[in-house]
Amino acid sequence: MAAPMLRWWCLGRRWVLACIDGGSRHGRGAAIGFTSSRKRGQTSVAQQPLITSQKSRKGEHEWAAVVGLEIHAQISSNSKLFSGSRVHFAAPPNSLVSFFDASLPGTLPVLNRRCVEAAVMTGLALNCRINKKSLFDRKHYFYADLPAGYQITQQRLPIAVNGSLAYSVCVGKKPSRVITKTVRIKQIQLEQDSGKSLHDELRSQTLIDLNRAEGQLRVDANVSVHHPGEPLGVRTEVKNLNSAKFLAKAIDSEIERQIHELENGREILNETRSFDYKLGCTMPMRDKEGKQDYRFMPEPNLPPLLLYDTESLPPGADPQQVINIDWIRERLPELPSETRERLIQQYGILPEHSFALLNEVGLLEFFQNVIKETRAEPKKVTSWVLNIFLGFLKQQNLAVNESPVTPSALAELLNLLDRKAISSTAAKQVFEELWRSEGKTPSQIVSEKQLELMQDQEALERACHTVMEGHPQVVMDVKRGNPRAINKLIGLVRKATLSRADPTAIKEILERKLSP
Amino acid sequence: MLGRTLREVSAALKQGQITPTELCQKCLSLIKKTKFLNAYITVSEEVALKQAEESEKRYKKGRSLGDLDGIPIAVKDNFSTSGIETTCASNMLKGYVPPYNATVVQKLLDQGAVLMGKTNLDEFAMGALGSDTGGSTRNPAAHCGVVGFKPSYGLVSRHGLIPLVNSMDVPGILTRCVDDAAIVLGMLAGHDPKDSTTIQDPVKPFTLPTLTDVSKLCIGIPKEYLAPELSGEVRSFWSKAANLFESEGAKVIEVSLPHTSYSIVCYHVLCTSEVASNMARFDGLEYVLGDKEEEPLRTVSQNVNIGQKCHRCDINVSTEAMYAATRREGFNDVVRGRILAGNFFLLKENYENYFIKAQKVRRLIANDFVKVFNSGVDVLLTPTTLRGAAPYLEFIKEDNRTRSAEDDIFTQAVNMAGLPAVSVPVALSNLGLPIGLQFIGRAFCDQQLLKIAKWFEKQVQFPVIQLQELMDDGSSISEIEKLASVSLKH
Repeated sequence: MAAPMLRWWCLGRRWVLACIDGGSRHGRGAAIGFTSSRKRGQTSVAQQPLITSQKSRKGEHEWAAVVGLEIHAQISSNSKLFSGSRVHFAAPPNSLVSFFDASLPGTLPVLNRRCVEAAVMTGLALNCRINKKSLFDRKHYFYADLPAGYQITQQRLPIAVNGSLAYSVCVGKKPSRVITKTVRIKQIQLEQDSGKSLHDELRSQTLIDLNRAEGQLRVDANVSVHHPGEPLGVRTEVKNLNSAKFLAKAIDSEIERQIHELENGREILNETRSFDYKLGCTMPMRDKEGKQDYRFMPEPNLPPLLLYDTESLPPGADPQQVINIDWIRERLPELPSETRERLIQQYGILPEHSFALLNEVGLLEFFQNVIKETRAEPKKVTSWVLNIFLGFLKQQNLAVNESPVTPSALAELLNLLDRKAISSTAAKQVFEELWRSEGKTPSQIVSEKQLELMQDQEALERACHTVMEGHPQVVMDVKRGNPRAINKLIGLVRKATLSRADPTAIKEILERKLSP
Repeated sequence: MLGRTLREVSAALKQGQITPTELCQKCLSLIKKTKFLNAYITVSEEVALKQAEESEKRYKKGRSLGDLDGIPIAVKDNFSTSGIETTCASNMLKGYVPPYNATVVQKLLDQGAVLMGKTNLDEFAMGALGSDTGGSTRNPAAHCGVVGFKPSYGLVSRHGLIPLVNSMDVPGILTRCVDDAAIVLGMLAGHDPKDSTTIQDPVKPFTLPTLTDVSKLCIGIPKEYLAPELSGEVRSFWSKAANLFESEGAKVIEVSLPHTSYSIVCYHVLCTSEVASNMARFDGLEYVLGDKEEEPLRTVSQNVNIGQKCHRCDINVSTEAMYAATRREGFNDVVRGRILAGNFFLLKENYENYFIKAQKVRRLIANDFVKVFNSGVDVLLTPTTLRGAAPYLEFIKEDNRTRSAEDDIFTQAVNMAGLPAVSVPVALSNLGLPIGLQFIGRAFCDQQLLKIAKWFEKQVQFPVIQLQELMDDGSSISEIEKLASVSLKH
């Protein structure tokens, strides 16, 4: 199961890089990511609004949409946020429940160190300010999957605030035009998750699983619209969206709905809605109870969480008992933005390509392995990896680690191409064959299919000569200055040589022969 | 034997003058004879005899676990005991058998103590008889003529103590003498990884030194504690105690705790708020609600009109109605009243004016004590209660809130400040009922506090109740029994 961070980035790619169609009525407010975790041992980052301009169909007042996302992501840890019970994906229901998780009276929460470290790492990776002192609170509401009647969260003073995230958006139809945008991260908070409710319609009962290790990303989107220059509109919350695709659809449809309502003189209610996947639109979720008062109260069983840096670390402190932010910062892995920058510097590839390389699981590693074993230029490798290799993967819906073509195989193929042992057309053929039949090397395929480029210069000269003699009319065209005529000759020579001649070489010979 | 101190009994066990089983059986016999007092909710006879048997084996081999091995103990019914019903004296937890021991219970059992049973309390400890949140170890101690000790907050683990007010609750120790309390404290105190509010350091068992010279001590008498409702008798004993210290060379001075008069109200806001939160888990679903398990569901299905909106809403509506119904059945008036009040204070529009305000006042109250202790005072000497125990008929006249407001007046500010305090029996009133006085110490100076209390106890020589006489004289027991059953009917 992919670690949460990785998943989050994948999520970002799928919809951030989708193109904005400028001609439609509503452009999409650019995606805003910020995590909020509602899982035991999960980090939570709250929302940030971003304004985009849109044109209404009637061409009247412009509308601007404001979208805020609350993302719930589970921290990868061995045990839960406040209890010692283990975390394991897809365990049998209620098999990983400690006394505290079941809310047995008299049990107390104990904070999991690894979860705090993960939250700090997330905060640092998202350019947040880490609060050296943060507090825990109880958020009260009654529901069957919340056995304590409250959830422990960080409402007053969360662990990290005021971060930012740079991301790329495609503009225009061509994927090549990419612009960088920034979104603000309001906060990251540690939070306990509720259990899982399974509604058994048949028996009219609800079953509760208190394991709480779903391992999924969950997003709530807050949406409102207003006219630029006017105050923000009433917002609605669309809850429990699990995929980037549906998140985008839900936001779009909600923006559309709100504009439609307002343009027809109606009001937007501050309510919670859910997204109907089949109908493709949002529906109201809770009945008109009105806003819930969660009766927030400080969690009395957890003292304030104090974090240190190297400067403020008390002397002689037990390393088991304290967390040093600087120490964690030093151990952060290379962040994607750094990796992208490095790729651009080191290999001279384009920014949009650097995004593409990072946004597919395992693709960067594949790319780097090919680079290691080939003499071909990085630009060539990039092109082959992102266009041809990735194209084949997507067509068959495979992940990088499921690819039948290994980095070594591709590297070998590119080497053949680089020393002009084969033409690029032939190379593509070889690649197809590599994909289909495992175990064969590119060299094997080349010799099997006799795809080697002619190396015999004399034979090539003879072939050119033969073609020129056989097509005097075309030769005349060339001499008369028709720029396209030479291509015809090249084509004829290629045909004559069964595509085993390098078109560049052919052209060079022809030009030599045809020059006065 | 049953009237002796812990040390004496322990010595007797070691010397073989009495066996743990004999001791256990004597206890059980007395418990049976005094059953009409309703002191025990659960008597764990089988468990106790088994533990006594094991203790006996250890003594025979000469391998006793320590001072507490074979000693009969009782634990209030809001401490989680594995395999033994724990109810907090509430219908809500009737039939609830926990799968784990509270840390303090485990520590006592690890020392070989013999668990006689779970003792009674006000429902969820919301009255004069609670664990020490507002004084409910010290108050009953004063009324019953025993030592009631409240350790500093954070010194003893609360894991397994079913909470009333998490920020004030402390496991309290009731013993016959101060020395015994010190022995038990030595076994219970120290860091518990399961309770994040305990101090970091481990605590070793200690022997309480005997104080002989009090001339270097400074005793503080808070003037705000001279309440008009204070009974003449208690006031007189308080005076006598102060004079005793002075005559032995100690410095006795008047001090001021100016925010004392706000502490009751402040306590009520904070207490009800935390209670409302802590009781949220009792929805009648998870903890068997006795015979009434079926009823709430039937009531709900009769009253709720299911079938209108979406299914999810149905579940919401019927779940909430079911919670409301079972919580009404499972909690008594006092508990429900506190939950409603607490939820009111925690509402968004009220939070600032009530909860936050109360927290600020709490800080002022705590600072009062800090200032006094910083000025050179070692301990404070105050009454524990306004008067001796009230007769039952008088007791039931006033409602719970008034009663506890009165009873807790001297004890409860201590919980707000997290300080250690101990009630020591002083004398019998004119009615022959015990009266105690309270000593309040600095935070985490529990040993020093007990040292001073021990000296005082020695000076006072409070008469220990002679249970043996009561047991042997069969007729007086049945008379008492008759009287008790008459008043209980009211």
